Amino acid sequence: MSWTRQQMAARAARELQPGSYVNLGIGIPTLVPNFMPADFNVTFQSENGMLGIGPFPFEGEEDADLINAGKQTVSELPHSCYFDSATSFAMIRGGKIAMAILGAMEVSETGDLANWTVPGKLVKGMGGAMDLVAGVGRVVVVMEHCSKDGSPKLLKRCRLPLTGQSVVDRIITDLGVFDVTGEGLLIVECAPGVDAQQILERTDAAVLQATSAAVL
Amino acid sequence: MKVFATAQEALSGLLADGMLIAAGGFGLCGIPETLIDCLVESGIRNLTIASNNCGVDDVGLGRLLTTRQIRKMISSYVGENAEFMRQYLSGEIEIEFTPQGTLAERMRAGGAGIAGFYTRTGVGTEVAVGKEHKDFDGRTHILERAIVADLAIVKAWKVDPSGNAVFRKTARNFNPPAAMCGKVCVLEAEEIVPLGALDPDEVHLPGVYVHRIVQSRAEKRIEQRTVRVREVGP
Repeated sequence: MSWTRQQMAARAARELQPGSYVNLGIGIPTLVPNFMPADFNVTFQSENGMLGIGPFPFEGEEDADLINAGKQTVSELPHSCYFDSATSFAMIRGGKIAMAILGAMEVSETGDLANWTVPGKLVKGMGGAMDLVAGVGRVVVVMEHCSKDGSPKLLKRCRLPLTGQSVVDRIITDLGVFDVTGEGLLIVECAPGVDAQQILERTDAAVLQATSAAVL
Repeated sequence: MKVFATAQEALSGLLADGMLIAAGGFGLCGIPETLIDCLVESGIRNLTIASNNCGVDDVGLGRLLTTRQIRKMISSYVGENAEFMRQYLSGEIEIEFTPQGTLAERMRAGGAGIAGFYTRTGVGTEVAVGKEHKDFDGRTHILERAIVADLAIVKAWKVDPSGNAVFRKTARNFNPPAAMCGKVCVLEAEEIVPLGALDPDEVHLPGVYVHRIVQSRAEKRIEQRTVRVREVGP
């Protein structure tokens, strides 16, 4: 057993702190608000210039001037506000955004993150990812533990070009939750039916267990 | 008098081959499409364009790709454009990938008389290669240079004849910093309103940054239409 995408998003929602400002990346992170308690009062930031992202609009109420960073139509909330891109990244670099929840292609045991390019194949650009990981208070990554062919994505060193160096704090995969420590990735939680041995077999990075604190 | 009757007149005397143009917009939201279409018609070539994105195929800056008028892009994300990918992989076009916040700040700095700035964004990545590194308070930063464009083209919601502009919702995005960094800024607006019609307290871009104004003729487009279903009561 392991977590589905929805269950990974639900687990990531438990990282949210009431009253905080949070930026969500595209992919699984966009599902996180669906699992947030209604009274949590978290304000989501969209780096194209909005605080307080509302849900998708009702059909017929879409507005070409109101989109999120994934270019999807969204709606506004009573506490929403708008600003330009320079101001948006001032609050990101300035540490005013408490947390970013992002996807990843690879993460290293020292918290290096690669999620923007595959040389020769995927040449799209980093968007705001490099600014986010360098600026926000805490970086949580949500990703599949292994690629489709089964090869590990949690590595000793990233093979792909980096988005940021030593920037990831916590990783949530379909197999469990891990913290980046000085010595390796510490297992914080295993998904139901998953044990440390299974995680070890699917991970290239050094893995630590809290109970023994020993490198597996 | 800043208001011009047509986009051709507004851009008259400002265009040259090989120039650096800064453009506002995020995706297709808030792009100066009337002015971009005019650049296509003008036929100027070898352009370097600083813009967060490069439109989509055949829309916005994507039109300038089709006509091969762009030599180089300074952008953070060009993922929605198959023609860009084709020209890039075949070596016909150059790109300076710039993190989104760094791009916005490079423009803002260019308009604010700041030659460059140190940032932690991109440290330890390809973006930092060849740039000056300097430690402040024990943390490594890299030096990023400001962008000063020969021409800025931007899109506003409302503008008065003195150039004071107001933007609408997330269509503001890169428009104010792009406007600031231009030696000359041409602005298209959905509405050109009389002097006194805008509340001075609610102006987003002061008129000092805007040199020429023209009525926008472009239709707004939605890139990703996402909606929710209205729950019907009993």
